[in-house]
This record gives sequence, C-alpha cells and structure tokens, in this order.
Amino acid sequence: MLGLNRKDTTLLIVVFLLTMLAPFLLNPFPADSAMAQFNAGYPDLMQRFVIFGIFAVGFNILFGLTGYLSFGHAAFLGVGSYAAVWMFKLFTFNVVPAIAAAVVVAGLFSVLIGYVSLRRSGIYFSILTLAFAQMSFALAYSVLSNPKFNLTNGETGLQVYADDPQIFAVAGSPNLPHLFGLSMRSTYTMDVGAWSFDFNAGYYLCAVIMLVVFYLSVRLFRSPFGMMLRAIKSNQQRLNYTGLNSRPYTLAAFVISGMYAGLAGGLLAAMDPLAGAERMQWTASGEVVLMTILGGAGTLIGPVLGAGFIKYFENIFSKINDNVLHSWFAFLPDGMEDFMVTIIHPFVGKGWHLTLGLLFMLVVIFLPGGLVEGGQRIARLFKRNTTQTPGNDPEHHPKPSPHVAE
Amino acid sequence: MDSFLLQILNGLDKGSAYALIALGLTLIFGTLGVVNFAHGALFMIGAFCAVTLNKLLTLSFETVDETKTDFLGNPLKVETPYVEAWFGPEFGGALIDWSVPLAILLAIPVMVGIGFVMERGLIKHFYKRPHADQILVTFGLAIVLQEIIKYYFGANPIQTPEPSALRGSIDIGTMIGFEANRIIYPIWRLVYFFFAMVIIAGVFGFLQFTTFGMVVRAGMADRETVGLLGINIDRRFTIMFGIAAAVAGLAGVMYGPLNPPNYHMGMDFLVLSFVVVVVGGMGSLPGAVLAGFMLGILESFASTTWATTTIPGINQIIIYLVAIIVLLTRPRGLMGRKGVMEE
Amino acid sequence: MGILEVKNVNKRFGGLQALGNVNLSVQENTVHAIIGPNGAGKSTLLNCLVGKLIPDTGSVMFDGQSVLGRKPHEINQMGISRVFQTPEIFGDLTVMENVLIPCFARRDGAFRMHAFESVQHEKSLNEQAEEILVDMNMIEKRDMHAASLSRGDKRRLEMAMCLVQQPRLLLLDEPTAGMARADTNNTIELLKEIKEKRDITMAIIEHDMHVVFSLAERITVLAQGTPLVEDTPENIKGHPKVQEAYLGQAH
Repeated sequence: MLGLNRKDTTLLIVVFLLTMLAPFLLNPFPADSAMAQFNAGYPDLMQRFVIFGIFAVGFNILFGLTGYLSFGHAAFLGVGSYAAVWMFKLFTFNVVPAIAAAVVVAGLFSVLIGYVSLRRSGIYFSILTLAFAQMSFALAYSVLSNPKFNLTNGETGLQVYADDPQIFAVAGSPNLPHLFGLSMRSTYTMDVGAWSFDFNAGYYLCAVIMLVVFYLSVRLFRSPFGMMLRAIKSNQQRLNYTGLNSRPYTLAAFVISGMYAGLAGGLLAAMDPLAGAERMQWTASGEVVLMTILGGAGTLIGPVLGAGFIKYFENIFSKINDNVLHSWFAFLPDGMEDFMVTIIHPFVGKGWHLTLGLLFMLVVIFLPGGLVEGGQRIARLFKRNTTQTPGNDPEHHPKPSPHVAE
Repeated sequence: MDSFLLQILNGLDKGSAYALIALGLTLIFGTLGVVNFAHGALFMIGAFCAVTLNKLLTLSFETVDETKTDFLGNPLKVETPYVEAWFGPEFGGALIDWSVPLAILLAIPVMVGIGFVMERGLIKHFYKRPHADQILVTFGLAIVLQEIIKYYFGANPIQTPEPSALRGSIDIGTMIGFEANRIIYPIWRLVYFFFAMVIIAGVFGFLQFTTFGMVVRAGMADRETVGLLGINIDRRFTIMFGIAAAVAGLAGVMYGPLNPPNYHMGMDFLVLSFVVVVVGGMGSLPGAVLAGFMLGILESFASTTWATTTIPGINQIIIYLVAIIVLLTRPRGLMGRKGVMEE
Repeated sequence: MGILEVKNVNKRFGGLQALGNVNLSVQENTVHAIIGPNGAGKSTLLNCLVGKLIPDTGSVMFDGQSVLGRKPHEINQMGISRVFQTPEIFGDLTVMENVLIPCFARRDGAFRMHAFESVQHEKSLNEQAEEILVDMNMIEKRDMHAASLSRGDKRRLEMAMCLVQQPRLLLLDEPTAGMARADTNNTIELLKEIKEKRDITMAIIEHDMHVVFSLAERITVLAQGTPLVEDTPENIKGHPKVQEAYLGQAH
C-alpha cells in the first residue's frame, strides 16, 4: 500500500492509530485519581510529542542514515519559529503560510550551513555545526535585535503585537493562529464517567502533518537515495570509488533534515505564536540527538519513540517536588522516607537536566542501538526461551517479534 | 596607538583562557584521538574549586558582641570565620583574602584526580567506538557535571574576589612612555595573563625536555609505532589526560575574579575553544596557543564602540566568522599538519 | 595507442623521488602487471591513476582524456574501477545492496535525487545485480550483511561490484596481499575466470611473482620509481636486469 511493503505498511498503520487515538491512550487514569499526574493526554503535551517527533525523524535522516552527527539542528528549529511568527506579524494568523515559510526559510538556511560544514566529516563536522548553531544563537539573542534592525526581539522573544500589519488578516477570524478560521487552541472535551479526554485542533493538525512526514521518511529510507546515504555511513571511500559523489547526497540529507526541523519550529510557533532564541541553544540540539539515539538512530520508529519518551518524562519529572516524593514514600519509616526523598530530590523537578545527562551517558554506554535495539534484544531472549521448551503446548505460538525497524 | 595597545591588552585575559582550554583539548585529541566535549566542564569545575575554598575559609560561627548594638538596640551578632579564630584575625584574614590563588593548591590534585577517573572509568572504553559515540558520551558527562554544580551552587554567578593587594588597576601607559591615564589596566588581568604564560611554558617545557614528554610527543605523531616499542603508552596517556584536566582547571581557578563563575561558563568557553583549536590547526599545540590569543585579541577589537556601532553585535560572532573563513581557505588551520582536517 | 597512457610522470614527497619519469602504456583487453619491490613506487603510481594523488609533472590519459585533477568518482565514471588491497565494501549493507549501488551509479551518474522511488521497483537493475551475483557464485548470500562474509567472499563481492559497472579498465591493488596460499590460488582462479568470460583490461599492482606470472600478459618492472623494463612474462623471467633488481632479492 502507498508504495510500501507489508512490514512498513503495518508500521505506518500502527503509528496512524496511535496518534489518532492518543487523547484516549495517553489519559488512562481518571481525572480525579491520584494517578492522574501520570496522564499525558492534554493538548500542550500531546502537541510537543508529535512536534518533537517530527524534529527527531528529520534528524534521523541525517544522523541515522549518513552517520553525520550534527550538533546544530536546533538552529533550524529556531529559524523555523522566527519565520512563522514573522508571517503571523506581517500577513495573517492563518498557519498555512506560516508553516510553509518555516520550512522554506529553514531549508535555505540549512543549504548555507550544510554547504560549509559538509566540507568536513566526522568530529570536524560536529564541531562546525555546533559553532554555527552557537553563532545563530548569538545572532538571534543579541546581534539581530537592535533598534536599527530588530529581527528577533532578543531576550523577550518575537511575538505578535496589536499594531502589527497583518495585511491579509480576514475580519472575524480568531486573533490567534488558526487554520482557515479553526483556532489551534479550540479543544473539545469528552467526559466518560470519571475520565476526561481532550481533542485539540492544534494537536490533530500536528498529528496529520507528522503522519505525512513520517510516511515520507519511510519512503526515503527504502529509496535508492536512502540506500546511498547508508552506504556513506558504511564506507564513504568505496562510494566515491564507485562513481558516486557523496557531497550532494550528504547535503541533500542535511537540507531535508533541516527542513524537518524548520517544520517542527513552525508548528511550535503555530501552537503558541512566540519565538525565542533559547530554542536554538546547544542544549536544544543535544536534546534532539538524545531523542534519536535513545529511540534508536537509523531505525524508522526509534526517533518518534525517543521524542515521546523524553517529552513525557520531562513533563512528569518536572512536576515532581518534595511534597510529591514525601507522599510516595509515606509508607516508609520517617528516617527512611527522608533519606529516599533526599536521594531522589536532585534528579526531579528542576533537576530534570541531570537525569537527562545521565540518561544520555547510560544509553551511549550500554544501549548504543537505543530502545528499538533493547526491544529486539528482549524479544530475542523471549523467543529463545520459548524455543528451548518446545512442544508441550500446541496452542502456544509466540508471535514473531514485530520488526518495526530494519 | 595607545588605544590600539589597550585593545590588545584587553584581549589577553580571554585569549589566555581560550589558549589554556584549547591546549588541553589538543593534548587530549592529539594523544588519545578523542574530542572531549566535557573539557569546558573541567574549566568550570576549576573555577568552582576557588568558590569552594572561599566558602570553606569563610565558614563562620556566630558570637554576640555585647559592646555594640544593632539599630534595634539588640546586642550585635558577629560572624567570625573559624580560620580567623584559629589563626588570629591577621593570618586568617589573609588566608580568606588570598583564597583564589590558594585554590590552585586545591585544584591541582582535584583536577588531576578527576582527569584520571574520567580517562580510566569512561573514556578508555570508548577508544574503539565510533567518534560519534565519543562525542555523545563526553557531551552527556558535560551536562551531568554542570548540573551537579548547579545543584550545589545554584544557577547564579558567584562573586570570587581577587586578593585585595591585587585589586584595582595600574597605569601601564606611563611605564612605557605614554601619557598618564591612557592605558589603565586591571592588575588581576595582568596576573591572569602571566599565570597562563607560566602554565603554557610549563606544559611545553615538560613535553620538550622530559623523556615522558618525548614519548608523548612521539605518541602524538604515531601512536601505533610507540606502542610497538614496548612503552606503556596507555599509562602515559592517562597521565596526559590528568595534566590536560589540570590545565583546564587552573585556567578556571584564576578566572573567577574576572567573571563570577556560573554553572554554564564551561560550555560557553568550550564552543569557542573548539573554534580556537580548529583555527589553530587540529592537533597542533603551538597552533592552539597562538590561535587562542589571536582570537581573544580579535574579539577585543570587535568589542570597541567603533566596531559595534558599525556592525552591531560583531563582537559576538567575530570568532565564528574567522573560523569559517579559515576553514574555507586553509582547512588545516594556521599551524596544522598537512592532511589533518583536509578529508 | 593504449587505453591508458602514462607519460613522463614525476612525483616527489619532500626529498624523496617516489616516481621518476614513468612511462606506461596499457593496451586494451590485456592483463598488465606492474611489479617491483616494496618502495618501488607502485602504490604512488596507482594513486596517481585514481585521482588520490596528483603528479608533479607528466600526463595520465585514459582513452584520450586526462584523468589528472579529477576526483575519484569522476574517474570511476570515466570507466576505471578499483579493487583495494583489503576489500572495501559496504559492511552494513546486504550483499545485494552492495552490488545494486554500482548499478545505480552506472545508470544515474554521480548524483541523482531519487528519494521517493523504491529500490525494489528498479527491475532491470535488480536483474543486473542478481546476474553478477550468480556469475560470482554468491547469489545464495544475497541477503547477508556484507560485514559477516568471509574474507574470500568479501573479495569476490568487491570484484562483483567493480565488474557490474562493466569498467573499461579494472585496477587491482595487490589483490592477494596478506592471503594464505590457498586463498591466493582461489583469487587467481577467480581473475582467470573473469578474464575468460569478459573482454576486460586489467592493471594489477603486485609483488607476488606467482600471481603475476599466472595472469599477466604484459609486465612492467618498477624499481626506485622508474620503469626498468616492459615485456612479456617469458622475457621478463629471463631478463638479467630484473633478476638483479628484484627477483634476485625476493626469491
């Protein structure tokens, strides 16, 4: 179907169902229960899941396929956001031109950076992209924000003001980002018994776009182009001696992944019409690297999993404070309770970044293939155990492990 | 002419820091072939050695001074640092006053220790892994180190004053025949510059004149051959990592009075130091030092009112612009060996 | 006029004259071996042919066109394929993909943005690739990862990747270096087989006399960067100069 083989079609359908039913799946706990804090089904967070999913899927096209480790992809995300907000300011709050502009501007910007950075490979490439991203951050944070020429509005961040021209604004349309009149913030809440589910217009727009670009990335992975990119990672010298010029291939991959990042940035702005320089900082670039390797670089579904995992735990961990911890360990004797709280305290709440850093190291050291590889290892273990005890139960046919990745 | 000289002087302190960090990065890259993204964090930890020592020395107990009262008429509570109580106010006070230079003594063992642990405990296992993994794991370590510091010291910059004897400025201009008040320069920046020169000279002397240094230099040129000679190159490289960590740490210790340390200062310097290494020529120690000072001075020139009014914000991006131009025109950097970076 | 004409090529590395006035002419449809002791300049010469090094003076013409200053991929597109000392293949890809990539390179040139087509749908290229795998006795290994092949199979795969491009000239850089006797003999058989089945021009850099005398039709002897003599294997065997410069030491 859609030019995919059966395995990939199944994967696409699974992802489709998961994203469409996310408002149900992510709110498994009744709204008033103590477990409600583990719910993730509210619009803001669901939007971030899919937007960062797009970002990571795009990053994976570069890093997962070619092996070129960019440390500057947040710059494209930020550029996308700025472009989108400028479209809001100048023309209209309709998100279509804003998102289109975000992709195009980020694409052009990545041509520029890619052209220079891709003259080097390996560590030099990583250093160069990092330097470019920091330069973009400095540009956005201060250089392009001065009385004479204010493109980014510096520390405050770029936002839409009442006196902005908005020359194509249609009378009567919402004074917030909208899709032909449908506000991105409009949410329908469905109450079923003790449960409550939110269906948000912005989320569904992001989800549909994510499905489209995910489908495109699957096609790209299976295409001759994708094969060439994997060949670059495997043995660039052989590729050159086989008559192929690796540079346009890597540049194309770089620009495509830059456009994905720009799209993600545009969507962030479309959900909340604001663009700030902090989106371009090296920590943001590091985060998308982590999402990709945590899920499994070079696999199809890995980056989406990684993005969801990180954004979910970021949200949960940041909410946990000492009171929550005390209530968790209330069953322990007082001394033990305080001890446990003291131990865990540095890693939660504002300490989320510490957890993130540790996670980063642990994944690189112990699970270089990410969650997908981990899942495959467990599946293999499970398979082996069942094949070692054959025959007793004729009804028992363990399902083959779903090969979501390569 | 005098303002020209002043800008050069103004670039020396940042240039010194760049040079020292880049020197350590190059040592590690040249010997171990690893790009250490946690090197900025080592610089930052050095700075926090000074902060820690200052905090330790100013640990105080509270006494009530009956002879004085505060503005409410209550007896005045006085904080007395333990060191002043133990060693008398004169010597104790001097200890506190000189806490930053004294922190060097603390920083050397701490940094060498951290370096050893890092190399043996982590980096060692990554020699045979792809470059991307080396970058990623040191990057993760950098985040962890900086978040630990943030946890214990908070997110705000912490003032670490220089000794009062070295506070203030001197008029360098009059010493070299200019009019008075034309070239006024803070003493501590001068101290920092000379301190950096001593360390750089120390490292180069060590590499040049000791057998240990000779082996390391040979190892940088051709690791496999030296390994074949039966020399335990791995242990030497561990020590080299410790030295590189100490160099970064010492650069940090003395930097505190110039700019109050905060938890993210390491990463800010790291990115620029990478650029310095690239401009100087990957793997070239003299290149790293030269490029460090050059870029520091260039940044200082770009920070003049004239430059910033002509091109707003040029001081923020000048280093990156230079790096891009160097890379496009002379990929191996100023003093890099032929072939390096040209792939 | 040979398909490959090397004229007056000089190359210096600092004070070392690696190549001095090398002249070489490889005729179409012959196996031409370039031999010489270690340090004779064989590898330098090869690197000049494939664009990795640029000679200081002289010319290298392939089929009437200069190869100097061209990049490796451009030289390959002219019709020169290269086999490395240690097989260079795409280890992370399957055997089939390894062979498909040169098929694409031959049809589409150095770059084509076919990002949304499917590899499977390229029927004729898949057939070409399968054909060469059958030819090389590797078809049953088509879905294996290339990195997991034995050393001998890696060598066969690399040959397959070069041959499927139907190169006008195949360069082989010490194809039996570091091999055991049995492997060496297998490689010789493989090359003989290729030679019999196809009209192909090969230039072999080699220092193993056994290999050279089993395959070559013309031999050029290099010593200290200069061609000593060029002749048929029979004449080379008895040539006193060669005996003195090379065979005398090696055997």
